[in-house]
Amino acid sequence: MICEKCGKRSATVHFTKVIHGKKTEWHMCESCAREKGELERPFEGGFPLHQFFSGMMGFMPAGSSDKLLLQAQTGVQCSCCGLTYAQFGQIGRFGCENCYEAFADCLPALFRRLHGSQKHRGKIPLRTETGVKLKRDITLVREELQRKIAEEAFEEAAALRDRIKQLEKEREAGGAAGEGKR
Amino acid sequence: MKEKDERWAPEQDPFRDEDAQAGSENRRLEKICGKFLQEAGPEADVVISSRVRLARNIRGNLFPPLASNLQRKKILQLFREILQKEAEQFSRFQLLELDSISSVFKQVLVEKHLISPLMARENACSALCLRENETVGIMVNEEDHIRIQCMLPGLQLEQAWQEASLYDDCLENQARYVFHEELGYLTACPTTVGTGLRASVMLHLPALVMTRQINRILSALNQVGLVIQGIYGESTDFTGNLFQVSNQITLGQSEEEIWQNLYGVTRQLINQEKKAREHLLNEGRERLGDRSGRALGVMRYARVLGGQEAMQLLSDVRLGLDLGLVRNISAGTLNKLLVLIQPGCLQYLKDRELSAYEQDLERAAQVQKFLDC
Repeated sequence: MICEKCGKRSATVHFTKVIHGKKTEWHMCESCAREKGELERPFEGGFPLHQFFSGMMGFMPAGSSDKLLLQAQTGVQCSCCGLTYAQFGQIGRFGCENCYEAFADCLPALFRRLHGSQKHRGKIPLRTETGVKLKRDITLVREELQRKIAEEAFEEAAALRDRIKQLEKEREAGGAAGEGKR
Repeated sequence: MKEKDERWAPEQDPFRDEDAQAGSENRRLEKICGKFLQEAGPEADVVISSRVRLARNIRGNLFPPLASNLQRKKILQLFREILQKEAEQFSRFQLLELDSISSVFKQVLVEKHLISPLMARENACSALCLRENETVGIMVNEEDHIRIQCMLPGLQLEQAWQEASLYDDCLENQARYVFHEELGYLTACPTTVGTGLRASVMLHLPALVMTRQINRILSALNQVGLVIQGIYGESTDFTGNLFQVSNQITLGQSEEEIWQNLYGVTRQLINQEKKAREHLLNEGRERLGDRSGRALGVMRYARVLGGQEAMQLLSDVRLGLDLGLVRNISAGTLNKLLVLIQPGCLQYLKDRELSAYEQDLERAAQVQKFLDC
């Protein structure tokens, strides 16, 4: 098939548009299609993830306080690696662990959008983060305790209460040992 | 000229030992793609492979995208020390430093999914710590300091997660990871923060493509937090009816929830694909058999074989094999061919850069030779 526009090169881009039920079709070579402005992203393949992400970063509902916050925060700079929030938006990558603290005000909204959550529920490095693990265990047992109380299963609730005490003791001991090590 | 020599210099090439240099090209070939998914795993007729990757960073160091070469060097040195301390666990591993590997060999590593395309491009002080059987690889100084990857044949997400987690524990014995009480493992990219876990399956879905159901299914997958890509990651095409499905969300779900979600969806995709295959068989068994047989014939006798064409032929043969319409070829052979027909591998075998046409010639010759063995 020959390009409908230049009539010279072979048509490699085939386009079908349906607007309000009206169908139009055209067949062009790549350069004519590009000239026409129809050959955009979908044909070029890759849409880099970081562009998508930086687009998301800037998107805030009009008039929301988040928007004002974003404007204020784009100039914020990480004191450790020197990355600004605006640069972070461009490259879509943090420079160091401290960036997470430096940009802390803007990140919850971003994580909610990316992951629908802002709380880690997975693995905890056991050797170095025993305190975090114990804290999570205590929270879980406390939740279980509340359920047992609601069910009026007091015997089981008492056992859970003892378990919480034991975990808290472990946590205090661990914390003290940790302090000692430092 | 010198530049060319360097480009192809196989200075640190695990597959080109003296034995291989002295031996035949066949032997070299076996060394390159011999270990790639040689055994068929569970559900191998639809699931080619399962992969789990964990992103980790070491406390007190800039993340690789912003780190200087000196800082990246320090991380690599730290990693070497960890390997020494955990010598027993890593006794069957080899550390390949990317600085001293020829670019064509890096391409082979990408084609075998052992390193990312990013790592093949930007690799100052990067390394791949690879297990002998190639199922576990640890990338050092990719986007994160450490990325532990486990890839197994068939549908084995749980096993891949457990294995990756085991090596994660080993490394954690010696290094202090960047971990945040609320946000979990902190990573260079905000899309991997939390568990740092990316689980993926490579699926062969020819019947869903042939019955034109694939688009509907792919858009449904997006709604359950999964991403579909071509087999070489972001922005690659879906060639050979191969699709890579992976989790998008890494924060707010546990690792088990993440892989189980993917596992559940994969099971459904397997069912749908099998139903579609059954439908195609009922519609015209002979037509399907003809398609696979012709594909095998072309693969055996073609003299010029394009990359895309070869992928499609492999897909047709694989479908025929899975449905019992083609015999005398194994899934393992097809997996090996999947690596063999890639540009990096062909150029590596010939030991020089090949033009697109030369690649097509070489591809045809290699496939023919491989099938005749």
